[in-house]
Amino acid sequence: MKGPIKDPIKDKMGTTGLIFNEPLLWEKGSPGRKGLSLPRRDVDETPLDDALVGDGPDFPDLSELDVVRHFTKLSQWNFGVDSGMYPLGSCTMKYNPKTNERQASIPGFAGAHPLLPESLSQGALELMHDLQGYLGEITGLPAVTVQPAAGSQGELTGMLIFAAYHKHKGQPRTKVLIPDTAHGTNPASAALCGFTSVGVKSGPDGVLLPESVAALMDEDTAGIMITNPNTLGLFEDNIRQVADIVHQKGGLVYGDGANMNAAMGIVNFGDIGVDVLHLNLHKTFSTPHGGGGPGAGPVCVTPELEPFLPVPRVVKDGGTYRLDEDYPLSVGKVHAFYGNFGILLRAYSYILSVGKTLKQVSQLAVLNANYIKEKLKGHYHLPYDRPCMHECVFTDKHQQEHHVATLDIAKRLMDHGFHPPTIYFPLVVSGAIMIEPTESESKETLDQFIDAMKQIAQEAIDCPDCLHESPQFPKVRRLDETAAARNPCLQG
Amino acid sequence: MRYLPHTEEDIQQMLEVVGAADLDALFSSIPEDCRRKGAMNLPEPLTEWELNGHMDCMGASMGAPPLYKVFMGAGSYHHYIPEITRQLLLRSEFFTAYTPYQPEISQGTLQTIYEYQTLVTRLLGMDVANASMYDGASALAEALLMTIRATRRKKVAVSRAAHPLYRQVVETYFAPTGFEVVELPVSKDGRTDLSGLADLGELAGVALQSPNFFGCIEDLEAAGKTIHADKKSLFVVAFSEPLAYGLLKSPGACGADIACGEGQSFGIPQSFGGPGLGMFAARQQYVRTMPGRLIGKTTDRDGRTGFVLTLATREQHIRREKATSNICSNQGLCATAATMYMAAMGGTGIRELSRLNRDRAEYLKAALAKAGHVSPFSAPTFNEFVVRFPKGFADTWQALLEKKIVAGLHLGPYYPELSDCWLMCVTETISKTGIDELVKEVAK
Repeated sequence: MKGPIKDPIKDKMGTTGLIFNEPLLWEKGSPGRKGLSLPRRDVDETPLDDALVGDGPDFPDLSELDVVRHFTKLSQWNFGVDSGMYPLGSCTMKYNPKTNERQASIPGFAGAHPLLPESLSQGALELMHDLQGYLGEITGLPAVTVQPAAGSQGELTGMLIFAAYHKHKGQPRTKVLIPDTAHGTNPASAALCGFTSVGVKSGPDGVLLPESVAALMDEDTAGIMITNPNTLGLFEDNIRQVADIVHQKGGLVYGDGANMNAAMGIVNFGDIGVDVLHLNLHKTFSTPHGGGGPGAGPVCVTPELEPFLPVPRVVKDGGTYRLDEDYPLSVGKVHAFYGNFGILLRAYSYILSVGKTLKQVSQLAVLNANYIKEKLKGHYHLPYDRPCMHECVFTDKHQQEHHVATLDIAKRLMDHGFHPPTIYFPLVVSGAIMIEPTESESKETLDQFIDAMKQIAQEAIDCPDCLHESPQFPKVRRLDETAAARNPCLQG
Repeated sequence: MRYLPHTEEDIQQMLEVVGAADLDALFSSIPEDCRRKGAMNLPEPLTEWELNGHMDCMGASMGAPPLYKVFMGAGSYHHYIPEITRQLLLRSEFFTAYTPYQPEISQGTLQTIYEYQTLVTRLLGMDVANASMYDGASALAEALLMTIRATRRKKVAVSRAAHPLYRQVVETYFAPTGFEVVELPVSKDGRTDLSGLADLGELAGVALQSPNFFGCIEDLEAAGKTIHADKKSLFVVAFSEPLAYGLLKSPGACGADIACGEGQSFGIPQSFGGPGLGMFAARQQYVRTMPGRLIGKTTDRDGRTGFVLTLATREQHIRREKATSNICSNQGLCATAATMYMAAMGGTGIRELSRLNRDRAEYLKAALAKAGHVSPFSAPTFNEFVVRFPKGFADTWQALLEKKIVAGLHLGPYYPELSDCWLMCVTETISKTGIDELVKEVAK
């Protein structure tokens, strides 16, 4: 272990603050304590066959305050969007409006049983119905299901639709084309549906070339999965030609809407040849990321593919809403009930709050990303120097000369008070640093981030060890991930 | 718009830096024929206060507690949620963080999920639990796919007494794979009939739900022995009411290889069916074929204990098409709520709460039987049970809605052979007085 590094930058935004240690739950408490107000016992105990009765789980007994302090202290070791700028590329870490939580806690919604009769669930059905309408309008693909519980389940639904469509046409197909810039969920979702994924190399400008797609597309290929804008933050400008090639061979075009935050009011995906598109409500539509979910992954399709959407569908008959199971070509159900309704509700609340200003959301998201790209391009290597959409991708090429890597830059950003960008993705760029500021960040915050990135670029020259030894301020320093995987300790 | 911080002046300055004449010029890389023609047809933005009014009005149309007494479970349970769970969950450090890719500034999420994994293994008597799946239904589908990976066999069996909506999701997941799902019949007593198991050939896995959809507690120990007569076959125990395991023998103690189900009961609002919590646990030997995220313990450079995402080589972002599942996120916040809830209950609390649920349900069962409405099934039950009602009960059920009582779930649409039966549920949220009220109405 080296001695303390002399840190040349004193007035960073990040600071140590007051961080408490806190043991694991079961290292606290004492048998007999309670943190829960148990309802009064007003009925007699009933016997149950001893053979069925267990000892009960070995949970620690804690008081209410024990529980409150425990989770309050733990929360303080976390960085969230409310803590500071969180430019995690491809994740759209925008502000999560507080009012959405107020709406989600309305007793009629929060306490609603999913199998209530339709007469007692009109509000929830109306909400889902209208949300479907808004998402159809935003994407340009009018038939919508809100059932998938996350983006990856949306992809799975999309692939099920691919499979069902070709089967219905009497010609099941076995392959799906997937560009090398795609998220890992794309090939995994295709594989879950029994498709073999065929990689498509992107061209020298970071976008798909029609000829590469034409060379691979055949009548055994169900279609293509395209993320647009792609994960390099670039608009796939050959999308129309690519879609034509795929359609001519009877295939379908899947759009991964992970990057929809760049395109609201800018692109109509139905018009440019996309047949199926999933959205991530926790990205574009502001629902909280919650430390890794719950999300929601609605799927929007062309009218031609509507019969294949999951059931039940929410339909409107005159002034009332009902659930309809009668879609014989449907792919079936992907969720026990109707999806993550509580998340749908938050997205609905966001769409109503922003309304037609949604186009401006995309414009400002793109403005913020281009601003960062322009300000940092002299300091970090920019592999594709062309106008970006809502995110930009740099690399560590210049810093590598000083033996400083993307990982070091990311860790140092923490000391400066920022969450790092997405790193080492997309895979097609070596040492990628993928920055997505979102529209939520003001010019002042962007300037602070840019300053921090510039300082780090300078530190890489002046004091590489400052970066190798970072972060210094958080609860823990760099963790041994290799040891964690070699000898997994997954429970205490 | 209060979510957009840019002033006109900011925008101008930034456009200058970028070298674009106006906001539209930012999209010059999009070919003309790919640009949207015309504006999106969306409403004018609502103010915060207008939105409150609109949402309150929609919410008021719903038949939910406390206004309604809902004697309906079937995979979604009305339990009390302590105020601490609600408030702690809103700690925005938990709420507005994402996947803990950067462990140094995500230890709050990581330790919480490690605690979640631990409490789930203790609840279910299993060795390892993942960081959660989407819901009980997809957890069951993933469990069955896992048995196929683990055994390299091509067929699974699922009890007809497992949640019918979960079984539909299983069918969806299996449809394009070419693997087969067979249904196991239900015995007269309401439990799964395993007598024909040996005739089904080589099975990768056999799934029973306990308590099952009819509320009946399966004899898991006996089932485990029968299923493991084929040494290669995996025993999957599903559930929709985890609270039962405050009282019942755990799946692990009964020989389960995988235990999975819905965790909504643990501090998560019903919210019209989602988001819920797919709990998923297995024996140690299967850890590398498990789907979903895992959190592991390790140390930092200074030797301090910390937590990280681990065994990621099973997952889609590393393995792509060879991953154990396409799942990316988990239900992080729901798992956090469940951890807080389990911490608040403690071992003593969960035992008492679990007993109270059963005892109140037994009270209703006995009272209905006294009024002549008995269960077609004799197996012991937890907080749900099936009752056979005389002809005309559908009208009574409808009439009771006017009195703000939802008197159970009609089983006809799910089990045609039980078209005169309803599935009743009682939790700690309906007192003896509330139960008496229902009995009085039904006995009329």
